[in-house]
Amino acid sequence: MRFLVSAALTTLAVSPSLAAEATISIDIPQLNVAEYHKPYVAVWVEADDGSKITNLAVWYDVKHKDNEGTKWLKDMRQWWRRTGRELTMPVDGLSSPTRAPGTHQIRFDSTARPLSGLTPGKYQLVIEAAREVGGRELLRVPFEWPPKAPVSAEAKGENELGTIALKLAP
Amino acid sequence: MTRYLKLALIAASALLAVPAQAHRAWLLPSATVLSGNDAWVTVDAAISNDLFYFEHHALQLDNLSVLGPDGKSIAPENLSKGHYRSTFDVKLAQPGTYKLMVVNQGAFASYKVDGQTKRWRGKADDLATAIPANATDVKVSEVQSRIESFVTSGKPTTETLKPTGVGLEMIPVTHPNNLVAGEKATFRLVLDGQPASGVAVEVVPGGIRYRDKLNDSKVTTDESGTFSVTWPGPGFYWMSASVRDDKSKLKDAQRRSSYAATIEVLPQ
Repeated sequence: MRFLVSAALTTLAVSPSLAAEATISIDIPQLNVAEYHKPYVAVWVEADDGSKITNLAVWYDVKHKDNEGTKWLKDMRQWWRRTGRELTMPVDGLSSPTRAPGTHQIRFDSTARPLSGLTPGKYQLVIEAAREVGGRELLRVPFEWPPKAPVSAEAKGENELGTIALKLAP
Repeated sequence: MTRYLKLALIAASALLAVPAQAHRAWLLPSATVLSGNDAWVTVDAAISNDLFYFEHHALQLDNLSVLGPDGKSIAPENLSKGHYRSTFDVKLAQPGTYKLMVVNQGAFASYKVDGQTKRWRGKADDLATAIPANATDVKVSEVQSRIESFVTSGKPTTETLKPTGVGLEMIPVTHPNNLVAGEKATFRLVLDGQPASGVAVEVVPGGIRYRDKLNDSKVTTDESGTFSVTWPGPGFYWMSASVRDDKSKLKDAQRRSSYAATIEVLPQ
């Protein structure tokens, strides 16, 4: 009996490891500018050859009346060309309001969408930020999926984005 | 001159094509890639030397038409003609690709009456009545010109990119609102719907005022009328080509058919 219980515990301890987890932290820098608007940010994963796109998050002015905030979605040029123009925003579970300067974390579980659709392979995490009356910046963090060991990778922006960190837990 | 030689010369002139043009006619949209549910573009239309500056003539908008993503005509709004440029607005009510175009057709004639050389220019239909019966040395040429630009709200579509089959036209292989610096784009020229081969296409980047060199590039269409351009940088570009042949629908006339498009290349 004791043996059975410990076996069950072992199963419990092991099974979460089948679910990998991705934590993305995005630093939006404080900027000393005359006119500041919080940036539009798109976060997606694309296969190394650019073929398959998985959208993770789009922060834009969702509260603007009559959905007028969609007017500037095209300023996230790469995102717009790759996937944005195919979508009708807002999209449940994808779009959310813009965020203030600071570090923001978003977490994804491999057993749930959108990561559940990610087949094993080489990918890039892509983050693109575009700010009204400001600039645009795009960062890439390459990674392999699923992670075999804990992974920690980052990229550092120069203007519109601070440090982007990707943590993968097997 | 034998008929054979005459034909050979005409063929040769078709190959030479694109003579140095004094002025460039263009449409310049305020944006070519748009998002949102209330998208508009305002468009400048002018004839100038330098691209894209208003410094010579406003472009006549009498023959302006706008095709919507469903292939149907849309009425442009707020048409206005200034000294150096014309403008109009287009509401992009449906998502997809719009084609803006100014298509002109006409005829030129030169002839002698009582030893004096006269010139006439107007509509092809008026040609018969425009030239006096006692005119000699009559030379007639038919002129077709097509000036285009493209704008897309949301996802690019292709319904509007179909040719009409009249004169020199461009069929985009690469979508004209999906152009990015450093990438190669491919287009096809057709004359009366048939591949226009061996035609020289000139590609000129805008912003001429702020540089010393024109920085234009010339490409020649292959047998299928196809040509490719790799964009050296982002910005608006003006592409143009023209051909001469004897396939005019007017009697004993030469034909000159020209095409020009303004396209926008975005940064990576």
